[in-house]
Amino acid sequence: MSIKNIFSKTKPNKVKKAQVQHDIKAGVMHQCSECKHVMVTKELQKNLYVCPKCNYHNKINSQQRMNLVIDEGTFQSIDDNLKTTNPLGFPGYVEKVQVDQAKTGLNEAVLTGIGQIDGQTIVLAVMDSFFRMGSMGSVVGEKITRAIEKATELKVPFIIFTASGGARMQEGALSLMQMAKTSVALEKHSREGQLYVSVMTHPTTGGVSASFASVGDINLAEPQALIGFAGRRVIEQTVREKLPDDFQTAEFLLKHGQLDKIVPRHEMKDTLSTIVRLHTKGDN
Amino acid sequence: MEQTLPFEKPLIELQAKISELKSVTESADIDFTEEIKHLETKFETLQKEIYSNLEPWDRVQIARHTMRPTSLDYIHAIFDDFIELHGDRNYGDDEALIGGIASIDGQAVTVIGHQRGKATKENIRRNFGMPHPEGYRKALRLMKQAEKFNRPIICFVDTKGAYPGKAAEERGQSEAIARNLVEMAGLTVPVLSVVIGEGGSGGALGISVANRIYMLENSTFSVISPEGAASILWKDASLAKDAAEAMRITAPNLKEMAVIDEIIPEVLGGAHKNPEEQAEFVAASIRQGLQDFKDFSKEQLVNQRYDKFRVIGSFEQ
Repeated sequence: MSIKNIFSKTKPNKVKKAQVQHDIKAGVMHQCSECKHVMVTKELQKNLYVCPKCNYHNKINSQQRMNLVIDEGTFQSIDDNLKTTNPLGFPGYVEKVQVDQAKTGLNEAVLTGIGQIDGQTIVLAVMDSFFRMGSMGSVVGEKITRAIEKATELKVPFIIFTASGGARMQEGALSLMQMAKTSVALEKHSREGQLYVSVMTHPTTGGVSASFASVGDINLAEPQALIGFAGRRVIEQTVREKLPDDFQTAEFLLKHGQLDKIVPRHEMKDTLSTIVRLHTKGDN
Repeated sequence: MEQTLPFEKPLIELQAKISELKSVTESADIDFTEEIKHLETKFETLQKEIYSNLEPWDRVQIARHTMRPTSLDYIHAIFDDFIELHGDRNYGDDEALIGGIASIDGQAVTVIGHQRGKATKENIRRNFGMPHPEGYRKALRLMKQAEKFNRPIICFVDTKGAYPGKAAEERGQSEAIARNLVEMAGLTVPVLSVVIGEGGSGGALGISVANRIYMLENSTFSVISPEGAASILWKDASLAKDAAEAMRITAPNLKEMAVIDEIIPEVLGGAHKNPEEQAEFVAASIRQGLQDFKDFSKEQLVNQRYDKFRVIGSFEQ
């Protein structure tokens, strides 16, 4: 360090820091929540919301996710008209759903539709963790079930990106039963010889992990995604032992034989495209 | 001593008074026969009143009663020739989820059930009825075996939930339950599930994708325990009583929402008051269920199950 810098060290840094904080707040800059690297937000967007320094995969919404894997202009959403009710009469439940509808532009915590990957038609479902943490109530279960049925009807693969805290508590046992409802639809789709690919993204836990997310013909995950049945804190309280740092990450699951492959976001479309192509029958 | 439940307190007190009067009548010169008769009538009326007006939280306590009959109690009482079959052929044998072959009225069946213990030692061995993945995989093995030999499957549901532990996660608790849901959907034999105690979340559902789901009158079936719901909703697990009501986890609530198909009545005060008589009620329902699905073709069984689960949910369009 040169002599002249000694005297002016603190002030410019402070100014710079304040400016950066301001830019982060304004959304011009982005600070990685993992490695604290600061980058221009545009740079992060161009990198598919993956930190260029530490490879942290930021959460993205269902629309962004769909755009990353589906050929431009080919996606047609379905069942946007389904509306959540309040079967248990939980105070404020419908209002909370409405707030997230306005926030996300979705009718519920999953986007479903028909689209193409490199010209190959598939039915896609993308859960959205920005909508009630991606939790599954009746509408989410119904939309996913209808999407699976649509894939069965069209004799095309079904691909889902999961992101969910699990069954939605405010709909009680009705939420729980969506696990069974989606499963009977998946069984039929499978019986007809159709391909099902599940891509688990951060976070995929509880009832979603313990139903459709885990039973793809091929199970993929994004790097570092949290995937598990029970919550980490619940387990720590139950077993009273320290859990490893990588517990319930995609890498942990891969190591324990629960995943076929971890696929970075940049390679997702190509990987899915290849998988679909390898399952296409000769007459297509 | 028998475990008594808080809402039974007035009955216990009245019973004590009757006993006291009886002993006085026997040992002293004063005759309380009339009073005793009066109190006994009062007792019966009170008993009926209390047991026919159970709050959801009262039912939760009955469902958790330590002496409540377990899967093995029902299996031994209802079926003949029971042979327990062990292990998932992959990792181990889970004593929290048991199964085997048996017969009823000469017909071979496969029976499966969550199994908790009644005393501490057995409870530890059976992990308090909370299965690991190998339990679900054993259940699936036995179900596929039943399908091969064309025998109906009867499942008894009685668990707080699948075990939330490190080893369970490592061995794929999620996958084990998820696999069962899908495989059960496709079974070509009749499947009857009977919720006999607590039906805790995915761990209960893992053996509940049946053609018909029965619930004992005082059993529960829920996405989360009342304590868990209370701590999430109101950050206070002690409000479990309110959560039990809000979450609608009782048999009458769930029948109304079409989550379950039939309620099996319980003996007055709960199944533990008279396990033999209770087993007869359960047996009658199982016999009826087997009769109702007897003539279904394989395809009809799968379709009936599909249609049944397909319509569950509440939404507008």
